[in-house]
Amino acid sequence: MNDSAAPKPIVSIQNMSKRFAGAVTAVDQVSLDIGAGEFFALLGPSGCGKTTLLRMIAGFETPTEGALLIDGQDMSQVPPNRRPVNMVFQSYAVFPHMSVFDNVAYGLKVARTKGSEIRPRVEEALELVKLGGYGARKPDQLSGGQRQRVALARALVKRPKVLLLDEPLSALDAKLREAMQMELVRLQHSVGITFIIVTHDQSEALSMANRIAVMEGGKVRQVAPPSELYERPSSRFVADFIGKINLFEAKPLGQSGAALELEVPALGRIAVPFSGDPAKVAWVAVRPEKLRLLRQPPEDGSLVFPGTVAEVAYYGETSHVLVSGPNGHGMTVNLHNGTQETPSTLAPGDSLCCSWAPEDTLLLAD
Amino acid sequence: MAFFRPRVPIGALEYSRRWSLRLIFLVTLVFLYAPIVTLIAFSFNDSRRNIVWKGFTLKYYERALQNDELLLAFANSLTIAFFSTLISVILGAMVALLLWRFRFPLKAPLEGAMALPIVIPEICMGVAMLAFFARVGWPAGLPWPLNLSSITIAHISFSFPFVAMIVRARLVSFNRELEEAAKDLGASEWEALRDVIIPHMRPGLIAGALLAFTLSLDDFVITFFTSGPETVTFPIKVYSMVRFSVTPEVNAASTVLIVITVCLTALAMWYQNRLAAKEKGTGK
Repeated sequence: MNDSAAPKPIVSIQNMSKRFAGAVTAVDQVSLDIGAGEFFALLGPSGCGKTTLLRMIAGFETPTEGALLIDGQDMSQVPPNRRPVNMVFQSYAVFPHMSVFDNVAYGLKVARTKGSEIRPRVEEALELVKLGGYGARKPDQLSGGQRQRVALARALVKRPKVLLLDEPLSALDAKLREAMQMELVRLQHSVGITFIIVTHDQSEALSMANRIAVMEGGKVRQVAPPSELYERPSSRFVADFIGKINLFEAKPLGQSGAALELEVPALGRIAVPFSGDPAKVAWVAVRPEKLRLLRQPPEDGSLVFPGTVAEVAYYGETSHVLVSGPNGHGMTVNLHNGTQETPSTLAPGDSLCCSWAPEDTLLLAD
Repeated sequence: MAFFRPRVPIGALEYSRRWSLRLIFLVTLVFLYAPIVTLIAFSFNDSRRNIVWKGFTLKYYERALQNDELLLAFANSLTIAFFSTLISVILGAMVALLLWRFRFPLKAPLEGAMALPIVIPEICMGVAMLAFFARVGWPAGLPWPLNLSSITIAHISFSFPFVAMIVRARLVSFNRELEEAAKDLGASEWEALRDVIIPHMRPGLIAGALLAFTLSLDDFVITFFTSGPETVTFPIKVYSMVRFSVTPEVNAASTVLIVITVCLTALAMWYQNRLAAKEKGTGK
């Protein structure tokens, strides 16, 4: 182990690109360093190149250009069966003609592991994923969630340096998915292996990973821990993709002290605290849960969006209120039921003000 | 009329309850199976001729079993069918893998060429085989079973495309992630083939093997052109016996062949169903 503050990257992706025949660029000049022991998520809409990137790490796709180092070793000439990584496939790819035990033991058998060592290691792996005693079952006697655990045990029993997970939860129902998210985090803590997960589900990435790379069109748009990604997105795409957000076009006018003045058609002229390159700012945004709904405009320097209630959608613990303002602009406000002004007192047509603190305003590049 | 009216009205898809369709079904059955049933029934007929029923006997089975030429022909047929099936399955499976797995120039023409032995008229195949073996001077008069080699080669050439087609169809349902998973776990190309792809191909291999076996067992036309006086197969022997007269002995021998084929087919269907039932819960 490396004792320095910055952990040595276990996976180092350097300027990697993948172009398929027909000049489709799936991955475009991606550089990423993933540290040992991280739970790293590749997040993006379908077709953003995240699965291709994962498959290049596993060795199933050859990069058109760029380099990949795993634990300091160049992987360009290493076939998938010799890489120190293992993968959990989207379809789980549990071998249907083998028992659970044989599935988990397969990787050890082809690696010529000593026979006496196989049984204890397989049983340990099955215990780890809470499938102890299921060894004799055939995959067709298992539920989807159990089959996924087999796929996990089968990969972990090899003690890889990196575990790759390709949309591992997409085939599970909502309740099971939530339980499995916790389970994966627990598992990652107990085995200490680096996990790289591919997902299109932002809540999955936010709740599990300790660092997320948001991808779009083959490029990495931002790499950050979940809270930073949510609170301080760097671009309009990231802000829009992670969670819900109210977006308005803006034109920066000029810096005045610590604040940037902007001309926003929906809000008028506003000043927001900002330190950065004003030339890049093209959008003003605010998260729906940062907003307050007030009958009267506040006097405390908050920003204000006047409008009328267009719609109230009830979601149990929260309600989403759509407020329509001047010139067809709209704003969504999330209210916690029972803690703030209860939506039952709001009726479509009510005149209100949405208001928020200037420091909650996000200034985003395009 | 009221007597025949069903108590519950006939549903839209309950074809089996409509008299017209039952009649068609019955006629089809008679048309298809009456000749076979007659053949089997008259193999037990105590008469030299296949026309009038004279009483039950097993003596023609006995006589068939004592007919050395018939038995040799039967053994020849089984031997040819066995080797032809074995090689056809290996060759067919390899062709199927090649066409499924790889992209290469002239792939489409190769696929077409593969189907050629299936569509070429048998008589042309037979003549071609005869010309071929004469031209290359294939040795005749070798000791048994080597003297069957030319027939076996001819049978392989028209059987393996069927195997290739069946196995190829089976491979379409293969989940490529299974192969990748095997390699990801450390399997080499060969180990992935042996441990994951071939087990998936197995139902196709079995179906293909059965088809190849029956194709070889009852082939007449092509065999007729490639067999010599020393290498008579069962269909050829039956044909030569029928040229003198259709005796119950021929019926008895044919019945044995029918029973073997039906048993093999039933076995294959049972095995396929068992596999299908097993795979049902596994999803992909």
